[in-house]
Amino acid sequence: MNDAEMTPQSKAAGMGRMGAALKGFALPPTTGPLAALLLAGLFFTLQSDRFLTGTNLSLVIQQVVVVGSLAIGQTLIILTAGIDLSNGMIMAFSQILISGLFLANGLPAPVAIVAGLLAATAFGLANGLLITQLRLPPFIVTLGMFNIAFALTRIYSVTTVRLTDSEWFTFFGETFTIGGEDGTKFTYGSVLLIVMCFLTWFVLRQTSWGRHVYAIGDNPEATRLAGIRTNRLLVSVYAIAGLLYGIAGLLLIARTGVADPQAGQNSNLESITAVVLGGTSLFGGRGSILGTLLGALIVGIFRNGLTLMGVPSIYQWLITGVLVILAVAVDQLSRGGRRG
Amino acid sequence: MADQKLTPVLEARGLVKRYGHVTALDGTDFALYPEEILAVIGDNGAGKSTLIKALSGALIPDEGEIYLNGQVVHLRTPTDARTQGIETVYQDLAVSPALNIVENMFLGREIRRPGFLGSVLRMLDKKQMLADATTYMQDLKFHIQSMDQAVETLSGGQRQGVAVARSAAFARNVIIMDEPTAALGVKESGMVLELIRKVRDRGLPVILISHNMPQVFALADRIHIQRHGRRVAIVRPQDFNMSEVVAIMTGAQDIPEDHRRQLKPFQQVATQDMG
Repeated sequence: MNDAEMTPQSKAAGMGRMGAALKGFALPPTTGPLAALLLAGLFFTLQSDRFLTGTNLSLVIQQVVVVGSLAIGQTLIILTAGIDLSNGMIMAFSQILISGLFLANGLPAPVAIVAGLLAATAFGLANGLLITQLRLPPFIVTLGMFNIAFALTRIYSVTTVRLTDSEWFTFFGETFTIGGEDGTKFTYGSVLLIVMCFLTWFVLRQTSWGRHVYAIGDNPEATRLAGIRTNRLLVSVYAIAGLLYGIAGLLLIARTGVADPQAGQNSNLESITAVVLGGTSLFGGRGSILGTLLGALIVGIFRNGLTLMGVPSIYQWLITGVLVILAVAVDQLSRGGRRG
Repeated sequence: MADQKLTPVLEARGLVKRYGHVTALDGTDFALYPEEILAVIGDNGAGKSTLIKALSGALIPDEGEIYLNGQVVHLRTPTDARTQGIETVYQDLAVSPALNIVENMFLGREIRRPGFLGSVLRMLDKKQMLADATTYMQDLKFHIQSMDQAVETLSGGQRQGVAVARSAAFARNVIIMDEPTAALGVKESGMVLELIRKVRDRGLPVILISHNMPQVFALADRIHIQRHGRRVAIVRPQDFNMSEVVAIMTGAQDIPEDHRRQLKPFQQVATQDMG
């Protein structure tokens, strides 16, 4: 039976097939962020001799490792049409807890680290349970959790402490060299970020859990009706995001060599910026981890390049703000086009 | 086909559901027989959707029993109903637009790869799912360009077609269609109605809830008329015209009290009195 017989020829059907045909030739959704990244790279290469060097690019990656880890968790949550404002504070609490347990309580470093990761996971779990069991909006729950984690961090400690006494804390800040004696140095933390991105990509693309994360952000009611336990799914997403924030805390310790109770106060917006610049829709259901990695790198490259050009850092904030609004506007417009 | 001894595929007896002071179901009966399309009609507030929710596991009735092939079943969640081979197609295009056709068909019932990749890495068997989905679609002669296109690229009718094909693929006993064409235009509806017929012709009984009388008359083998929380009549579309059925549905024509409780399938005592 051919198409014409089967399908009444309504305009909508015709449009649908045209859309489908176009979709066949369409560029992958990460094309935009990738192009933006390359254009920014080209621009800064022309502006500064010091930009396109192995050492500088390695530095950019090091600078985005922490926010990149946070942004992976943020991506998972935004894919479910949620949002997490508490991630930076959860990260701050976990690193302060790790340092406290190690220095004040004398626990072995690995034990302190595991406790910090568990605490971060517990915060995520609490977010997920409040959102699903009390049916509160993620925005409000995580805003509350932002304040709670901030207060708990300060109650626990107000001083920045050095934390370099153990190989466990410094490992991810250490470097290895690619390309012989004068080659480029990369940190193990950068490698960990790439590994986490790959794992998350795999889980999102290749497992039921990952497909359900997309489905719930896309059409929560259809997902529930398909027999998926949506509450359990959401709680697992927030808990896994919490664990990623804990890992971000560990990476922050490794990078800075200190545990800082002031850390992470802008991380929520920075991670959302990375996610949105990477083309993930704030409405949920659409986006990718690769995009988020590119988004984090775009922010990193702008910060780095503008610094090299000698632009005051306040202008970096200005430009980042403009980029975010642009990215969301593109998402909104393309979504409107799809729905229209 | 009017065999009184035939066991209903899905049957309900004396279902009661109260919401505070409101009685949505007041001891309603229900019976669906093999290989038929049974339309369920009723005015707003007649308890039509409450009845359907009880049959699809979306709510638990306060009283009464539901039987599947003669056996009592307890449908506490939609998943219970699905496990029993009862699938539901909803009016509001219950698909995930950004996922592709195969992913939508297998949503919540994904097939994993055999061996280590599936059991430990929990990898999806995308090839197998594509092959199965293609077979389901071909069974229904539902042609679609490419199975890996996102559902949002399809027309409303095609999207609902995907939902129907999904239900047909997994339903072993019953498909419930809750206003499947309410969100569609006239031509789009025609395509979905054609699919519903094909599902019935392949041997699955269908419950069709619809407000659209011409559609009900074109499609249904029997019509269950719900009023004031009860089944007041079962009619065959060839025995009555639309205005008579609407009159029974709205209560413009009364049915004698002594007939209400003895309504049996294919036994149109109540309605024949008025015919």
